[in-house]
Amino acid sequence: MSDDLLHEALRSSLDHCVKCTICETACPVSNVTPLFPGPKYAGPQAERYRALGQPSEDSSVDYCSGCGLCTMSCPQGVKIAELNAHARYAVKQRKGVPVRDRIITRPTALGRLGTPVAPLANASLRARPVRVLAEHLLGVHREAPMPKFAGRRFRSWAHAHRSPAAGSRVIYFHGCGTEFYEPDVGEKVVAVLEHNGHRVEIPDQDCCGLPLQSSGLFDDARKYVLRLARALAPHARDGTLIVGNATSCTLMLKREAREILGLEDDPDLALVSRQTFDICELLLQQHDRGALALDFQPVQEIVAYHAPCQQQGHWIGKPALELLALVPGLEVREMDARCCGIAGTYGLKREKYKIAMDVGADLFAQVEASGARLVVCDSETCRWQIEHATQRPSVHPIELLHRAYRL
Amino acid sequence: MSASLHYDVVVLGVGVAGLTAATRLAEGGARVCVLAKGVGSTHLAPGTVDVLGYAPERVTKPAAALPDFVAMHPDHPYALVGADAIAPALQWFAARVERGPQPAYGYRGDLQRNHLLPTALGAIRPSALVPKTMAGGELSAATPACVVGIRVLRDFHASLCAGNLRRAGIPCRAIEVDVDVGRVEANALGLARRFDDASFRAAFAARLALLLRPGERVGLPAVLGLRDPHGAWLDLQHRLGRPVFEIPTLPPSVGGIRVYDALRAALRAAGGRLVLGAEVVGVGREGEHIRAVRAHTSGHDTIYEASWVVLATGGLHSGAIELRSDWSAHETILGLPLHGVPTAGQPRFGGDYFGPQPISRIGVAVDASLLARETDNVFVAGAALPGAEPWREGSGEGIALASGYFVAQAVLEREGAIAAA
Repeated sequence: MSDDLLHEALRSSLDHCVKCTICETACPVSNVTPLFPGPKYAGPQAERYRALGQPSEDSSVDYCSGCGLCTMSCPQGVKIAELNAHARYAVKQRKGVPVRDRIITRPTALGRLGTPVAPLANASLRARPVRVLAEHLLGVHREAPMPKFAGRRFRSWAHAHRSPAAGSRVIYFHGCGTEFYEPDVGEKVVAVLEHNGHRVEIPDQDCCGLPLQSSGLFDDARKYVLRLARALAPHARDGTLIVGNATSCTLMLKREAREILGLEDDPDLALVSRQTFDICELLLQQHDRGALALDFQPVQEIVAYHAPCQQQGHWIGKPALELLALVPGLEVREMDARCCGIAGTYGLKREKYKIAMDVGADLFAQVEASGARLVVCDSETCRWQIEHATQRPSVHPIELLHRAYRL
Repeated sequence: MSASLHYDVVVLGVGVAGLTAATRLAEGGARVCVLAKGVGSTHLAPGTVDVLGYAPERVTKPAAALPDFVAMHPDHPYALVGADAIAPALQWFAARVERGPQPAYGYRGDLQRNHLLPTALGAIRPSALVPKTMAGGELSAATPACVVGIRVLRDFHASLCAGNLRRAGIPCRAIEVDVDVGRVEANALGLARRFDDASFRAAFAARLALLLRPGERVGLPAVLGLRDPHGAWLDLQHRLGRPVFEIPTLPPSVGGIRVYDALRAALRAAGGRLVLGAEVVGVGREGEHIRAVRAHTSGHDTIYEASWVVLATGGLHSGAIELRSDWSAHETILGLPLHGVPTAGQPRFGGDYFGPQPISRIGVAVDASLLARETDNVFVAGAALPGAEPWREGSGEGIALASGYFVAQAVLEREGAIAAA
């Protein structure tokens, strides 16, 4: 679909806006800063003043973090976050994209650079003078949470790993976070899937392009996501499901790339989009069929669960809660704060770090009050932000299931 | 590609009716999943529970007025659930709010007497059950009121409110206060977040105290916090040394958001599931039995199979019922037959905007147990029910609560009967 047609399709939804303000109540950003006037203003209202091909003078939409809670809350089906993503793209087209945004939005490039020199890279990213310099030169906030390079790649493990020949096939899309920073999470995902009767195939794969898209670099994002679709689709043509633990990246494949980047017509992406499942979504449905292994051993712990915005954007509720409820002894406190603030790379940016921390303040206070020493969350960047802000370790729900299975 | 999940009951809609039905069902042991396209009408409603305000004259004693009212309106939801079914639903609701996430925040009132509270426009709202933070606005009391506008809050005009109240013979005046919230304008929710902060309240009270006259009670827009509104309200009364009451605002309505938060917490505590963003786009139907609904979720649809379905999707205003220019009307989600649709040639609209409007009585056709016609497992609650004109009657929340509670009971009884058999 052309940009114009796509934009028109999104715009047609704005006529359903009845100005009820429900999106305003959902927006985590406008609730803490006047720099973003809120989804109703920046979205359906301002959109009426934006003409295709004409410059837009209002740049406030750059402060939208793209969390998507407005779209999810809208009772009228207005594509608020998607309209805002387009408006952000237009702003970037006009004002240019900072060098920083071209760098921090390429996790594979960064991962390839950092992995071989992980100890040095990790030390540097935690060294005050380096961070101060990076803030001045690049605009990456000195306090912003940085993940640690694992020093090895998940792919190396995956190449050596042989899944049992029996079992139903499933394609594993692991994402960049697992590849470079948390290969152990990927190993646990594979172990839990295999324990539940799956034969796990792990095709070669690259970034989904989400960070580029959320920074308004649409052309580059399209290249990445289509490359990924080409890599995954051949393995899934027979109906095999694709499963991922990186919840924002699976959402990119399921919906955002199609809706925001206008790739509705790409057959590979359409196939991948239909057949991609969030790991907890897949396991809950398996449980619903009575096919989930229930040999959970007790885990005597109180944990806080935060469903990240991008997980909620799957529109599947919170399947992790139902899975974790199966683990004996485990007490799960559901947090009901909106957002941790990080929104991928949003909270790394110098001018947005403080906003991101303010957005997350409700969640951090709830975690503090919950009595939990461990925070469970489906998205890696959110986990890093939560660890940074609460000084508590944060894990993917699968890591807890893995523990309970004693794999 | 679609995937499926099974529940005892799928509830469609996340307004007061849907949340009440779902929570009551989950408390009764049913496995419940609420599906909603978006957040419901709670955020637009004042947060009071209006049961019967006008019939058609203003009602002072709902309990006394209800028997005549249901006798005269045999297809009204109250007639179907029975006037006696309202009070238990109200008590249930009040108890859930008291257990809710906002400490000590609660409601006051019953069906014996309507509170008469001011609206933001200075009209009089007769309401049976009201937040304690609003109860002090009782207009039958003689104490003069000072309605306080907060200049940064758009859509609340103290002089308009007080002027209309004075015209109705109620002693009151209006003042405006400036507060610094770091932006040129704020909505009620933005202000409520500021009122959660004790130091902000202290500064506000200090400024306001200078403008008050002895013996006045203080009416503020309903912005006294979301985290601990009861505490914020007590704190302001203490600082000002006089009664303070909240007046519901235009949306986003803080009082309504508190209702959502309380019912959402009660649903969570009872183990019910909520899926937001899941628009129902298809139905699995075998004769009169709705076996499943298909929800549009990201990437692929999800099939939710259930023994029972509760339809609490609202009426014409929410888009759950659609009226076309060719006089045809449709329930848009399950395609259920409607009741009360004006036939060709009959009036759909009344000439008086605030007078009777035939279209507003359109709803899903149900039997006396609120079971939808032509189905054997779909119950209907809230504004989707026919026969009511909630804004004229002042009955919206009462209908939502009473019917939501009623259909939950109906499902639980049938489940129990099945289990016993």
